[in-house]
Amino acid sequence: MSSTFEAEVIAVMEQNKAGEDIHKASLSDAEKAEIEREFAHYEDKASVGLEALRIVQKHRGWVSDESLRAVSAYLDIPVAQLESVATYFQLIFRQPVGREVILLCKSASCWIMGCAHLQKKIQEKLRIKPGEITADGLFTLLETPCLGDCDNAPVMMINGEMHRHLTEATVDEILDNKIKTHRAKGSCHAGPDTD
Amino acid sequence: MPDQTLTKPLTKNICPQHKPPDIERYQDNGGYSGWRKALGMAPEDIVELVQKSGLRGRGGAGFNTGLKWSFVPRGKGSPAVKYLVCNADEMEPGTFKDRLLMEQNPHLLIEGMAIAAYAIEARTAYIFIRGEYHLAAVRLEQAINEARQAGLIGPDILNSGYSLEIYLHRSAGNYICGEETALLNALEGRRAIPRAKPPFPQVSGLWGKPTVVNNVETLCNIPHLIELGSEWYKSLGRCQDAGSKLFGVSGKVNKPGTWELPMGTPIREIIEEHAGGMRDGLKLKGFLPGGGSTDFLGPTDLDLPMDYDAIAKAGSRMGTGTIIVLDDHTCPVGLVLNLSQFFARESCGWCTPCRDGLPWVVEILTRIENGSGTPEDLDLLQEQVARMGPGNTFCALAPGAAEPLQSALRLFEEDFIDHIRKGRCPYR
Ligand SMILES: Cc1cc2nc3c(=O)[nH]c(=O)nc-3n(C[C@H](O)[C@H](O)[C@H](O)COP(=O)(O)O)c2cc1C
Ligand code: SF4
Ligand code: FES
Repeated sequence: MSSTFEAEVIAVMEQNKAGEDIHKASLSDAEKAEIEREFAHYEDKASVGLEALRIVQKHRGWVSDESLRAVSAYLDIPVAQLESVATYFQLIFRQPVGREVILLCKSASCWIMGCAHLQKKIQEKLRIKPGEITADGLFTLLETPCLGDCDNAPVMMINGEMHRHLTEATVDEILDNKIKTHRAKGSCHAGPDTD
Repeated sequence: MPDQTLTKPLTKNICPQHKPPDIERYQDNGGYSGWRKALGMAPEDIVELVQKSGLRGRGGAGFNTGLKWSFVPRGKGSPAVKYLVCNADEMEPGTFKDRLLMEQNPHLLIEGMAIAAYAIEARTAYIFIRGEYHLAAVRLEQAINEARQAGLIGPDILNSGYSLEIYLHRSAGNYICGEETALLNALEGRRAIPRAKPPFPQVSGLWGKPTVVNNVETLCNIPHLIELGSEWYKSLGRCQDAGSKLFGVSGKVNKPGTWELPMGTPIREIIEEHAGGMRDGLKLKGFLPGGGSTDFLGPTDLDLPMDYDAIAKAGSRMGTGTIIVLDDHTCPVGLVLNLSQFFARESCGWCTPCRDGLPWVVEILTRIENGSGTPEDLDLLQEQVARMGPGNTFCALAPGAAEPLQSALRLFEEDFIDHIRKGRCPYR
């Protein structure tokens, strides 16, 4: 499957590593430009709240309190209103996540096809529970509702890319490949954390 | 020449080995001729044609699409601003049909939306797509751009004086956004809680303007329906319901998948022929005919045709038409627990029977599944089912959650009792 999205996210995250004050309280010009492009699509500015949060998250990896305040000031909507949107959606991250966000489908068809074993495998291998982040900052595991790929169950999505017909062995392989790629790029320290 | 013998209008351009058709290939294959024809028709004639064809909404409720459109105030003196919204939130467990249409044939949806928007006199339309559907979103954006460049959407389309913009809105992972009024709140940038009805969206919807919300598959039916007419459309069905439909099967069958088949195709044919029957050594114990929020049916229901009324008569709903098969080696209590966990998690928290009832259901089912349930627990579950029933909550999420539970309690009663009597899950 296409992984345009993954490439985009990795590129942005590499960039994130460089800037320390990425979660600063004002929006960058690039962020503003992207948000402004959305204005034309809606009747009022307040309606782009979710789009703006997603854009900011794309640039910063997750949405900190400072980032939330920056968006709220820029769109001129109350922080509480924006927060009520931000906390509503599982794909808006209000706390740091790993470079690779694993969305493991836990819904009916994947459950019938054995996703519980996969979850156990992932949790043991990465030593995290759902919602947590590995010590090396590489992975976050999230349980997710049906990914609309039930005829290929069990499935998971990692940074926008689907992985289908999973077994414990293929999950192992996929995660190992991710770890290898990131280590080669030096985007995480080598260590026992995700072995 | 329009091909009156066409039987698979939704998937005729879909070939999984190939990329989806770009606008050139789509048009070479007859694409956008429905739209060209529609532009020469009066909007009310389109509404009437769609109504007469008997097309029913493919999002789950099965409401007559043309009738829905006809509630929008149109013509002189009606509100100048109206909206069309395509519901592409597809998050119901076991549902995987809209993704296929959007990824493999995005122009069909754009064409259907253009015709629908024209019919209800909307000049702005949105596709509300769930955040996880990246590939579909990319392909739809590309299709929108291509159609705009070809002058098929945008300002003054083909010199008709009619203008239409289509925008893609990516959501961020929330089942309740699929409920049409919650979806409208989400589009407005608010927390996506369902709205009270009435007023219905057709009268007061997005930003208070008349709005029609239609499912992806519903809209994909429109182009050929306009081009080939309502008699052709009706003739596609094998029953009183018109048209063809994407049916799917998941679970432990030999060939899970999606197929475009006549409305009214018998369930047995779908499961045994198209999905290749049960895997070796397994028997069908039951199935959910149309996604996670429909009632279980059993082996004796296999000869029912997949049509809205026949499935309703049997005590379930055709829903999204994607069947989840339960085999005799999988624990029905575990499956209902899994479904209830989903609904409990996705509840928006607005009304008590849903917000508080569902976690309670999860707790009781967990207890039973783990072997510490009591016979009284079954009564408690029945009580919850009654509380979550239609009319007690703001939206259909809770009644939907009650459907698999109530039917499982009836169809698989022995299994529940067995768990309680043996003090463990007999399937483990
Ligand atoms: C909790 C809930 C979730 C829903 N999710 C969807 C969905 O993902 N897609 C969809 O088309 N309809 C969904 N619906 C149904 C919509 O509210 C609405 O009826 C439908 O989009 C209308 O389109 P149609 O007439 O073309 O079927 C959902 C309803 C409820 C109550
Ligand atoms: S039934 Fe559930 S999801 Fe629907 S409005 Fe009530 S609490 Fe929200
Ligand atoms: S249940 Fe896992 S993709 Fe649908």
